[in-house]
Amino acid sequence: MNKWVSIKEKIVKNTLTIFALSSLLFLFLIFIFILIEGLPLFLKVGLKNIIFGFKWAPTKGHFGIFPMIISSFIVTFGALVIGAPLGLSCAIYLAEYSGKRLKMILKPALELLAGIPSVVYGFLGVIYIVPIVREYLGGSGFSLISTSIVLGIMVLPTIISISFDSITSVPRSYREGSYAMGATKWQTIYKIVLPAARSGILASFILGMGRAIGETMAVIMIAGNALKIPTNITDPLRTLTGNIALELAYATGDHRLGLFSTGIVLLIIIMALNYLANFGIKRRI
Amino acid sequence: MIKKIFIIFITIALIFVCSCGLKEGRQGKKKHLITIAGSTSVMPFVEKLAEYFMLQNTNFIIDVQGGGSTAGIQACINNTVHLGMSSRKLKEGERLNEIIICYDGISVVVHPSNPINGLSMEQVRAIFSGKIKNWKELGWINRRIDAITREEGSGTRGSFEELVMKNEEIDDSIMVQDSNGSVKEIVATDPYAIGYISLGLVDKRVKALTIDGVVPTVSNIKTGAYKITRPFLFLSNGEPDDRTREFIEFVLSKQGQDLLRREGLIGSYE
Repeated sequence: MNKWVSIKEKIVKNTLTIFALSSLLFLFLIFIFILIEGLPLFLKVGLKNIIFGFKWAPTKGHFGIFPMIISSFIVTFGALVIGAPLGLSCAIYLAEYSGKRLKMILKPALELLAGIPSVVYGFLGVIYIVPIVREYLGGSGFSLISTSIVLGIMVLPTIISISFDSITSVPRSYREGSYAMGATKWQTIYKIVLPAARSGILASFILGMGRAIGETMAVIMIAGNALKIPTNITDPLRTLTGNIALELAYATGDHRLGLFSTGIVLLIIIMALNYLANFGIKRRI
Repeated sequence: MIKKIFIIFITIALIFVCSCGLKEGRQGKKKHLITIAGSTSVMPFVEKLAEYFMLQNTNFIIDVQGGGSTAGIQACINNTVHLGMSSRKLKEGERLNEIIICYDGISVVVHPSNPINGLSMEQVRAIFSGKIKNWKELGWINRRIDAITREEGSGTRGSFEELVMKNEEIDDSIMVQDSNGSVKEIVATDPYAIGYISLGLVDKRVKALTIDGVVPTVSNIKTGAYKITRPFLFLSNGEPDDRTREFIEFVLSKQGQDLLRREGLIGSYE
């Protein structure tokens, strides 16, 4: 009997180990696969011509994705400009001010916000935000500003939940010490809690950036996808993710390889951002 | 609780197994499968033709897929499909058997509230090559033109580049959308937009412009007065087999061509 139990335990443990490692395997396979597909083009056209090339016309032999790299970062920055203040304020309110009952409503609402499919965000953007931008700011409405607004909303759950965690994990003694010195609630938050939670908040912004830079569907629908680097907030733009999804259906030969090399650049950017965020979180602990 | 979950699981599994069984049963009856893939412009029309054909010939299964002209041509060369669909002429080096099933016009469309009714070919070219950027230069208000093109690799874009742009390139600052539908959607909602879509898809929500004074209609395409037209092609690698030929003959028959005509396309015999 006893022996049987221990065998069972072992089987369970080993099965779980295999399943747990499978996620690592998937990551590894994805990485290898993208590299195998995308690297030949880097060798053929040259790293410089792809990353710093200005012209994207894959059917005519131009594979420059520099404008898309820049556009991706601009739109991500735009999303942060809108999402970061909103998200941080919400996290501070949730952690420090809100009562239990309100928290019980707000937290699930935020989780729901995270669960809404991106195509729905894109659709709402096209129907409501784009016409408003066209009406009041000019241009076609399919623009940097519309995309930033929608992405700004989409990164909120990421920013709020991670900032909230890092704010609540600031030790109670810090706050008590501050109150004992006669500081008001806002003074305590501003001078003590936020600086103590700084690295976690920064990590939440960086993870939000990762979310924004990787978003595809909503961006294709709203960004207008023009190849030029936007010079104005009402100009359309094309991101790295948008480029892949937009042209995937028709791509063959070198064109398809070009999209894979876009994928490599995207993967490297996302990895760098995740590394930065982890670095930020670890330093706190 | 666990019992409930178990019952649900079993039910799902049963449904799954049953549906698999059905599928096998269907294939077991010796049906002739014809796979067709390619241009998304041609696809909706071929789907309709295939439906009619399958109603009359119940021993056929015709599988129509999209993917784009280039993908269709590639699939045909690789022999992974029986027929390819293309909405552009073949390039050099793409050696396949072409069957013209009908012709389609590409119309340049604007919002219905736009007072401009016609442009010259040069003006359209200048708009899409970025030389004309403001409606003022065309005699309307002072407002940026929101031009929309299709993505690289699309058959409609390929034909447009060949027929309208000639040797000029489409400017980088022009918006890109990945289907006829989304181009139409933007033009229908943005009063300052201009784009190009298949003539068969033009309806009241957008206004088709005259080009060099010629209205894009079926009769003007037939006489050759309207210049922006392209063939819709079936492609086969070598001679198609007898089963596939049966479907092609249906498409080219009076009944098939009438169906296409009703959809706003121009039959291949006219």
